Amino acid sequence: MELIYEKSVAGRRGVRLPASDVPPAAELPSQYLRSVDTTLPELSELDVVRHFTQLSRRNIGVDSTFYPLGSCTMKYNAKALEEAARLFAPFHPVTPLLPGGERHAQGGLAMLHQMGGFLAEITGMDEVTCQPLAGAHGEMTGIMLIAAYHKAKGNRKKYVIVPDSSHGTNPASAAMVGYEIITIPTAPYGDMDLDAFRAALTDEVAAVMMTCPNTLGLFNPHIKEICDLAHAKGALVYYDGANLNAILGQVRPGDVGFDVVHVNLHKTFGTPHGSGGPGSGPVGVKKELIPFLPVPRVVKAADNRFTLMTDAPQSIGRTANYFGNFGVMAKAYAYILMLGREGLIEVSELAVLNANYVMSRLKDLYELPYDQTCMHECVFSASRQLQHDVHAIDIAKFLIDKGYHPPTVYFPLIVREAIMIEPTETESKETLDAFIAVMREAALLAGTDPDALKKAPLTTPVGRLDETKAAREQNVCYFGC
Amino acid sequence: MSFTPHTPGEIREMLDAIGVGSIKELFGPIPQELRAKSFDLPAGMSEFEMLDRIKGLAVDNGCELLSFIGGGYYDHLIPAVVDHLAGRSEFYTAYTPYQPECSQGSLQALFEYQTAICRLTGLDVSNASLYDGGTALAEAAMMALRVTGRSRIVIDGAVNPFHRSVVKTYLANLAVDIVELPPVDGLLDRQALTAELDDRCAAVLVQNPTAFGCVADYGDLADAVHASGALLVASVYPISLGMLKSPAEMGVDIAVGDGQSLGNHLSFGGPAFGFIAAKKQYIRNLPGRIVGETVDKEGRRGFVLTLQAREQHIKRHKATSNICSNQSLCALRGLIFLSGIGREGLRELARLNRDKAEYAKGLLAKVKGVAVLSSAPTFNEFTIALPKPADEVVAALLERGIAAGIPLGQYYQGAENCLVVTVTEKRTRAEIERLAAELEGVLWS
Repeated sequence: MELIYEKSVAGRRGVRLPASDVPPAAELPSQYLRSVDTTLPELSELDVVRHFTQLSRRNIGVDSTFYPLGSCTMKYNAKALEEAARLFAPFHPVTPLLPGGERHAQGGLAMLHQMGGFLAEITGMDEVTCQPLAGAHGEMTGIMLIAAYHKAKGNRKKYVIVPDSSHGTNPASAAMVGYEIITIPTAPYGDMDLDAFRAALTDEVAAVMMTCPNTLGLFNPHIKEICDLAHAKGALVYYDGANLNAILGQVRPGDVGFDVVHVNLHKTFGTPHGSGGPGSGPVGVKKELIPFLPVPRVVKAADNRFTLMTDAPQSIGRTANYFGNFGVMAKAYAYILMLGREGLIEVSELAVLNANYVMSRLKDLYELPYDQTCMHECVFSASRQLQHDVHAIDIAKFLIDKGYHPPTVYFPLIVREAIMIEPTETESKETLDAFIAVMREAALLAGTDPDALKKAPLTTPVGRLDETKAAREQNVCYFGC
Repeated sequence: MSFTPHTPGEIREMLDAIGVGSIKELFGPIPQELRAKSFDLPAGMSEFEMLDRIKGLAVDNGCELLSFIGGGYYDHLIPAVVDHLAGRSEFYTAYTPYQPECSQGSLQALFEYQTAICRLTGLDVSNASLYDGGTALAEAAMMALRVTGRSRIVIDGAVNPFHRSVVKTYLANLAVDIVELPPVDGLLDRQALTAELDDRCAAVLVQNPTAFGCVADYGDLADAVHASGALLVASVYPISLGMLKSPAEMGVDIAVGDGQSLGNHLSFGGPAFGFIAAKKQYIRNLPGRIVGETVDKEGRRGFVLTLQAREQHIKRHKATSNICSNQSLCALRGLIFLSGIGREGLRELARLNRDKAEYAKGLLAKVKGVAVLSSAPTFNEFTIALPKPADEVVAALLERGIAAGIPLGQYYQGAENCLVVTVTEKRTRAEIERLAAELEGVLWS
């Protein structure tokens, strides 16, 4: 398909702008003006509409088909959430920062405050900041809070511990805050190796970052012990909320002993992923960490009005321009209101039911490296198919031809040929049955006609793409560099 | 109300297939002592009740005000095509394009977005978006630290105060010095900068136009910065690039900015997007996702996420950044916006902004006791000095339904009487005249 720049016709105009009602200003001196053209496309409005409509047809989303991308929680994105966010579209974020401006932003501030309250109750924490703009941004903010806490206490800490099953963002976020990383291997039963953990846990450890359930979809029954061991050494424990959807209403990280939590609103609370973002990564903390939270903080004054607090001498400062991805929060807030207490509990129950159902129906044909009751997702290995030279990627591409978005493959890194399936609670039994049938067909084809898998996909606008060429040639701009 | 389709019969069949008696049993691996101690949330409701409740919060948020505020986020027109096309669910309900064959739509769109950012800034390479302008500036500073192996960042005090604050937060735990140069008349203090350019300086961070609205040309600066071995980083306002000299034309190495003004609603501060573009030699140091062109076996053109060995899911703690989710949909909105108004449209839009702002500047300068702060040229934002504290004036004008601008007192020492006024294409002549009249009224009656 042509690029929008290839469709450009010199002199063609699209959207018309309002006529000017003021006299033209004198030209700026030429030293301030650009002389290199922008070469933006020149198209009619209909050209633009056709182009992006055609592009959208070369994409699939949760609305198009089953999208069991493990770890990403591709649940249905309720349409009413979009309506809710749209209501706040015209509000300028600087309004409440003006002298006397808070009065003109009470609704927005109230929502931020209530959202913080909901998330604190859901995670069992004392206070929540909504400023972080995505999960990884929340992780970095959380580790900064931990660093500020240790600094205030005069603690000299150098390391952050992560299990080898963790998301790559965990070590990357801790490194951004200047920590060195200690990686703990996974024991044969699928949880972090406790002996290795104990050995690594010294007084110099600032924090331990845990995902629970972990990326194998398993709940670590020793999680409280890990928190206690860490606390005994003066380390804080960080809860990566990427998989919070599995334990909504069942377990609260704060009750278990976690000190800092981030929540991915775009996973657990049903806001859409937008082809890779925007997300939103609010961070919850226990009391001792409240003084370090980012500013401005929304607080409720004695007269029940909402106000912004910027005077917090121990605060880590701003981690983003304003108050976070407010529009995403509006959607998650709407989601929490609609589901309510019972609905949120049902989310975890049926997400876990769906994942275990898929696992039970596929484990005779696919290797299940950690064969136990899973939580919201299950991780298979294509190791049996490998004897026919069929890889996880071949199964993924076959699924595309069958009309599905594939599961996550090759993650977590500790499982060879990993196939990570997260059905989510919004999928019906017949959707799962149809998917299971195709997964079973793929497993059989691996033995009888492996080429059928290796040739896939055949139904897409392009076949498998040459990633090496892309990396070598680095062609990232149509007009070249 | 949890959008779950399961009937009791289906749940039974599924439990049987799994071989357990109840859903509760599936939570067996969780020790009893770890169970939630509380889960005190309201009962659920229908979407209609929910929307009624949210409508109650969506009033009284400054919309009724006549607004002359900017400060990084700008109230621009958004053509209907943007909401309509970005609202296609194939885009907004998709995930990151990990499987390129069924994600060519978003991959091609992001390639086209990268191209647009390269063309606007004049630089060679762009990533597929960052969170916002503040975090993009912080990422650029970290990039410069990696590229140069040095440990000091020099930042112009005329850079947006919110963005400066984000940079400080990001660098606070690293062994990095930050030198902030107090601005002179709304512009970089070039003399003070010269003294800072030594072999420890990794980057000089500037902004155009500055937080005071002043338009600068950093072209003469680049050579000195480069001679010291540092990089020149500029934060820019994309709408102004329809008119103003591009970062590349000034010799800038890394350009960043807030993309909000390109088709993204103000939305109380987000979501919008940040952009980052750089000279080609720094491509491997860029943070976040990058889309590259390639071919399939039959030679058909296609697009993939590329140079992923820089990223956290491969490199873990050695990645160029921790960013995973970015602001793709907002970047897509930016691309649709730019495509919709097109090459000539962006030029016209920039001109319209400047014309309106110049008209306002002229009018406000005639108000008794009001002076324009700097003689430097401006784009759609300018700073005026008032005869009394700007906080008082702004508060008084708010009472009259006008958000007159951003007082600088809380961001700059000695600037208590200064006010930054923003005038976009959305403000009419009559509204500008009303601002001048009401300002006069607040000051002198």
